[in-house]
Amino acid sequence: MPPRFSAWFARRGWQARDHQLALIAAAEQGHSALLIAPTGAGKTLAGFLPSLIRLTDGRRAGKRGLSTLYLSPLKALTVDIARNLAAPVEEMALPIRIETRTGDTPASRRQRQRRDPPDILLTTPEQLALMLSGSDAEHLFAGLERVVIDELHALSPTKRGDLLALGLARLRALAPGLTVTGLSATVRDPDALARWLTGSEGPPARIVTPAPGMAAPPVIGLLATEGELPWAGHTAQHALPAIYDTLKAHRLTLIFVNTRMQAEFLFQRLWAINDDGLRIALHHGSLDAGQRRKVEAAMAEGRLDAVVATSTLDLGIDWGAVDLVITVGAPKGASRLIQRIGRANHRLDEPSKALLVPSNRFEVLECKAAIDAARAGAQDAEVTRTGALDVLAQHVLGRAAAGPFDADALFDEVRDSAPYAGLTHEDFTRVVAFVATGGYALASYERFAKIRKTKDGLWRIANPKVAQTYRMNIGTIVEETMLKVRLGRARSTGTGATGPIGRGGRILGEVEEYFAEQLAPGDTFVFGGEILSFQAIVENEVVVARSAAREPKVPSYMGGKFPLSTHLAERVRSMLSDIEAHRALPESVARWLDLQRQVSLLPGRDRMLVETFPRGGRFYLVAYPFEGRLAHQTCGMLLTRRMERARLQPIGFVASDYAFCIWAAKDIGAHAAARPGFLDDLFSEDMLGDDLEDWLAESSIMKRTFRNVAIIAGMIERRFPGMEKRTRQLTMSSDLIHDVLRRHQPDHILLKAARADAAEGLIDVKRLNAMLLRISGRIIHKPLMRVSPLAVPIMLEIGREQVQGEAADALLAEAAMEMEREATGDASGSGRSGGSIDAGPCDPLRG
Amino acid sequence: MPARVTLCGVDLTLDAAGVAWCAAHRALLAADLHLEKGSSFARTGQLLPPYDTFATVQRLAAAVARYQPDVVYLLGDSFHDPFAGERLPETAITALTALAHTTRLIWITGNHDPVVPAALPGARAGAAQLGPLTLRHIPSPGVARGEIAGHLHPVARIRTRAGVVRRACFISDAGRMILPAFGAYAGGLNVRDPAFAGLFERPMLHALGAQRVLPVGFDRALG
Repeated sequence: MPPRFSAWFARRGWQARDHQLALIAAAEQGHSALLIAPTGAGKTLAGFLPSLIRLTDGRRAGKRGLSTLYLSPLKALTVDIARNLAAPVEEMALPIRIETRTGDTPASRRQRQRRDPPDILLTTPEQLALMLSGSDAEHLFAGLERVVIDELHALSPTKRGDLLALGLARLRALAPGLTVTGLSATVRDPDALARWLTGSEGPPARIVTPAPGMAAPPVIGLLATEGELPWAGHTAQHALPAIYDTLKAHRLTLIFVNTRMQAEFLFQRLWAINDDGLRIALHHGSLDAGQRRKVEAAMAEGRLDAVVATSTLDLGIDWGAVDLVITVGAPKGASRLIQRIGRANHRLDEPSKALLVPSNRFEVLECKAAIDAARAGAQDAEVTRTGALDVLAQHVLGRAAAGPFDADALFDEVRDSAPYAGLTHEDFTRVVAFVATGGYALASYERFAKIRKTKDGLWRIANPKVAQTYRMNIGTIVEETMLKVRLGRARSTGTGATGPIGRGGRILGEVEEYFAEQLAPGDTFVFGGEILSFQAIVENEVVVARSAAREPKVPSYMGGKFPLSTHLAERVRSMLSDIEAHRALPESVARWLDLQRQVSLLPGRDRMLVETFPRGGRFYLVAYPFEGRLAHQTCGMLLTRRMERARLQPIGFVASDYAFCIWAAKDIGAHAAARPGFLDDLFSEDMLGDDLEDWLAESSIMKRTFRNVAIIAGMIERRFPGMEKRTRQLTMSSDLIHDVLRRHQPDHILLKAARADAAEGLIDVKRLNAMLLRISGRIIHKPLMRVSPLAVPIMLEIGREQVQGEAADALLAEAAMEMEREATGDASGSGRSGGSIDAGPCDPLRG
Repeated sequence: MPARVTLCGVDLTLDAAGVAWCAAHRALLAADLHLEKGSSFARTGQLLPPYDTFATVQRLAAAVARYQPDVVYLLGDSFHDPFAGERLPETAITALTALAHTTRLIWITGNHDPVVPAALPGARAGAAQLGPLTLRHIPSPGVARGEIAGHLHPVARIRTRAGVVRRACFISDAGRMILPAFGAYAGGLNVRDPAFAGLFERPMLHALGAQRVLPVGFDRALG
């Protein structure tokens, strides 16, 4: 390290850490590097030191222009890092210009940055794509020496990561000799990440880790409340007083929950009991950005006692003063938990302190498993990612916007990025054809082509407007369609009136359209810290009234984004089967499992328990695979189809992270008991063949992924003038587009992309496949006379689920029939025989 | 399974395909085909699948084959924009011409298609009469006595036992009916939208299911 730098370290009373020196050495030798370290290890400084040294030791004398590009997933992080870097730069009087560039940077400054770039630019993957699409990209990046990517573990497994990987491949072509440094939290497979940084051609990045034992192990507790734990639900209401007491005993507490709805609920309830006037704030993605910045600033200045947050605070900024992290609800994955805990106490030598608050019995098991995993330093396995084709389409158009390209050269360049290393030439060609004229078998859009192959064999953009539209639509994050929530005038729920609903109240915020669409008038839900009653959707607004209800009717838990990880699932299964381990559990949970052992069986580590029992004139099947909600939903849906063929007349199903339940009009238990091997056939792997295809063809799942894919790939624009008014119309149209395309060109490249998204994100086919293999020949059937203790939580979920696409016709018919009955005065209500169990919770121990 | 309604003494059969059939006059009615909506978007750089015209005409031909009407009334906005005719694929012109050999086409003009492409067979009209019923594109203001129209693309959000479903629908009372939009890319407008206010007395809905048309009380339609 140059003397100027060692002197600075000394003045600060610091000593350069080994991993910081290792990164300097790697840079000197022209190597890319991957630094894997927990928060608080001085990762960011380590990433920048090689650039600071290089820019000031005379080697770059006379050269001007961009030397280092820093990329982070968060806008806020770039600003924060710029501030942190200012200290060493000023104190050492380094002649280095550092600037940030995000979507918020004024256009004039962004233009100036292209003309006269700083030495170090801190930006986001989207801004990189934008800069790469300029005709001056070649000039701008020609002198680039280093790229530093922060929070790599969070970026690489996403579509944003795909976009960034493609951008990196482009940068490597523009600036040969470029080295890339990745900064990441601890991951299970560092080699794969190292490969991601450098692409498939060059040598992989050098992996640097801090000396083991450097970080103090975290102190993690389980909040075991006295008394009975809830059977189901995700509100953790029983634990509120205990959580509140804990807040009082700490300086600044971060409370993580899994969904925005949970955040809203918890925030509201904490304030309801806030007798000591604690300064509690809320931070989640639907809040206005300005509001979030205010909360962040207040945290940094020590003006808050607690913040309730969703994953929006998972990453990045160092808050320093946080001395406790509470996670409410199930942690879902070991790695996520470790990263969240790392948000407390960003000093390596002091232990982070965390408290896990399970909100129901199953979550106790999951929390316990997560704590064990964290203590053992175990990580969840990463899912290896195949680059998305819609992102590739966006990149291809961006490449054309920058200047003419040769398809073969671009194919090679794209394949050099890790996510696209396995891309076939055929898929690439189809993507280029899609970008050009939509990739349709019917060649009717030649005259509307966006890019054209010219006589010299190069692809060129058709006109400047195409590039302009591309730049407006960059990025892989497709926001949910949001509807404004407006307070309306109270209005009697008179029927038949066609008059408009009274509006004119103020706007309270926004909710996702899919959430609003499932509400019926009078339904209550929590929003902005209060309970609201839904009245109607009028044009683009959700009209609501304040409600006096104490409990919202529509559950605040809309299913978190993350399913239970495979690793934690395995730990939960082992814990369940190990009776000794039950002693370490809270008493009510241990008693619950003991009761289960007496009246039924405990699910084994490797075998899978299936219970069947009658209840309220219906017949239930409950299976306990512990493979996460998504895989269970898919499995439940496919099994229902099979049971229909077996004439068991299935009526519905419901899935949680731990189990799923199917109910039918015919006796499933008796059917299975009379036919040995029936359950094995039912759960056989071949359900992932035709059954899966048939279901996907009918279900709304593909429509949801198709919309995102169509926007990212550029078939549908995300922003155009007057768009706000038309968003809802667009949502409907993308469904119609999907239907037409599926019928007339089922092998279209975007349907392939939508299918890949669904398989990965929504139906978790990989995991279901692994599960079916795991339980093959290991299904234990336990016929029961009534509901078992373990089945109660899933039974309580019944009625909370949304209607499935293909059941809609039958339900519509039912609604119609009901009306006919009302009209003809037949009030026997036989059509609603099952209504009671579907609508309300059941008493668990009486069947 | 179609449904039946009577409008000013005229019996109508409502088909799940989104068409209405009047047996007494052997007339088939469809509204808002919005042909070439896909290519209309393509002009602005959004290359939607170019199969919407084909899909819509095919469905129309299937309905014609099913009912064998003497006359088909198309209730306006059959074309998405005034230039749609220039983009209309040869196959669509051929199919519509073939259709015109088996039945009489009457194109009622709408706000999107003031002029129907000249290459197409059939009569053009601003409005038409079906017994006591006037067929026009835009519903006349206020409550009507004897009218069938399109233009508004009615859809209903319907509460069922397990949740809320959204479906295109016929909306009618004793004197008027508005047809659902027939076009493959035509979107929808909620029947609770202010645009429907004042057009009906005691309206009734018939929602399009996958196989059948389902009568639904207006009470059940949500905003």
